Amino acid sequence: MTASLLAWFTCFLTGVRARWQGCAPIAGQRVYFANHTSNLDFVLLWASLPAELRRTTRPVGARDYWEDGGVREWLASRVFRAVLIERRTVTRENNPLVPMLDALAGGESLILFPEGTRNPDGEVNPFKPGLFHIARARPEVALVPVFIENLNRVLPKGEFLPVPMLCSVSFGKPLRLAEGEAKLQFLTRVREALMALRPQ
Amino acid sequence: MNLDWQTLWLFGGMLGLLTVASIIGAVLKVRVHTEDGQRVVDNLNARTRAWWVMCAVFGGALALGRKAPVIMFAFTSFLALREFITLTPTRRADHRALFWAFFIILPLHYWTLGIRWYGLFVILIPVYAFLFIPMRNALAGDTEHFLERTAKTQWGLMVCVYCVSHAPALLILNVKGMPNGNARLLFFLVCITQLSDVLQYVWGKLCGKHPVAPRLSPNKTIGGLVGGGLSAIAVGAALWWSTPFTPLQAAGMSAVIVVMGFFGGLVMSAIKRDRGVKDYGELIPGHGGVLDRIDSLCFAAPVFFHLVRWIWT
Repeated sequence: MTASLLAWFTCFLTGVRARWQGCAPIAGQRVYFANHTSNLDFVLLWASLPAELRRTTRPVGARDYWEDGGVREWLASRVFRAVLIERRTVTRENNPLVPMLDALAGGESLILFPEGTRNPDGEVNPFKPGLFHIARARPEVALVPVFIENLNRVLPKGEFLPVPMLCSVSFGKPLRLAEGEAKLQFLTRVREALMALRPQ
Repeated sequence: MNLDWQTLWLFGGMLGLLTVASIIGAVLKVRVHTEDGQRVVDNLNARTRAWWVMCAVFGGALALGRKAPVIMFAFTSFLALREFITLTPTRRADHRALFWAFFIILPLHYWTLGIRWYGLFVILIPVYAFLFIPMRNALAGDTEHFLERTAKTQWGLMVCVYCVSHAPALLILNVKGMPNGNARLLFFLVCITQLSDVLQYVWGKLCGKHPVAPRLSPNKTIGGLVGGGLSAIAVGAALWWSTPFTPLQAAGMSAVIVVMGFFGGLVMSAIKRDRGVKDYGELIPGHGGVLDRIDSLCFAAPVFFHLVRWIWT
């Protein structure tokens, strides 16, 4: 309910158009990975999915940011059922991959921001290796690149009041790990696939 | 409710026109076989379908009374300003000023119409918002392109909010000899503005050869302007009975609408070309964005409003 309301409000601000360029909005386990410029990124991506896909799609967020004991934590745990992962002090016990792989094992799809943090200028930073490890552990899951355009102008990092601005969300062709593909090679390839979706 | 028999006649005419357009579109769809022709016909039919929706929204708002059109135009301004600002390269430091523009200045401006406070309505944006936007931007501290950034926000407010709002502002006038006739005056303005656009498009397609300003808008031709403009003026004169105007005055007012609307389209096209886009948005299928549809109204509404206010109140 709150999630749908937030999704509706985000659509009202952004008049978002989902562009399914490389795949269709159909059921099937996927990892949507997107560029990260704003706190609204995952809300907008989630809102661009058809209702039946929303129910089984969970965003991945940083534990240190979303577990603040307040509104953020409530939004992450109750409203969007976020998969929270450790990004500061990674040890064997709190390996960030485990919660993501658990969610995938439960049949759910994920929304992931492989840059690891928001990039205020709208560019795309190099990817963290998590996506590679997921691709290796679950080769049957489709990795869908998603380019979110303009949202950094709606709610830039450090602002809490949004401004209306037209945005688009472009879904690309699903990718998989190629046979014998090295980590760096794979991460470069998927990042380029993501950037190729940027509207001209 | 604003529904008197004259308004009902106008609505009837609108429905008839839409029906004829839909039938022509259906016939062309069957008759035209070339690939290029099919594309034009498909676009024409998409435009007609969008016209049905726009007429339903506008007609519905008019029928509901005085407040509904004000709210409808406020929402239209919101959509237009959103398109305008999206196309404008704003910087991070503009964020707070833009929040004010969208969520405080815009609603406040339309609220002055809602409570019929004409004195504040005419100065809120050209004076107070004009001064406030640079003040807020100065506090943000970013000096790069300061004047351009500030001017663009001010321009967006003037065109998308202030100018457009002069259309529903017709509803707060006390027009001589026409108590309760203001809704028909608003209908007249919107109808002639849009018909002028449509007729210029149709005449341009039929006999347009020489573009008026080829670099700004290759589709605006001298043939389209003259043929479309004269037909819109003829329609305006024929609708004199629904207004406080004599037939000759109705033709004159229509001519003002045609000329201002033409330049509105031209100016807003120049901005699009400068930013390298074809349309402001894609909200209305076949037409583009909201701002693509109301660009002529932005320029025609204030002049029409002032003429009515000076001469007929």
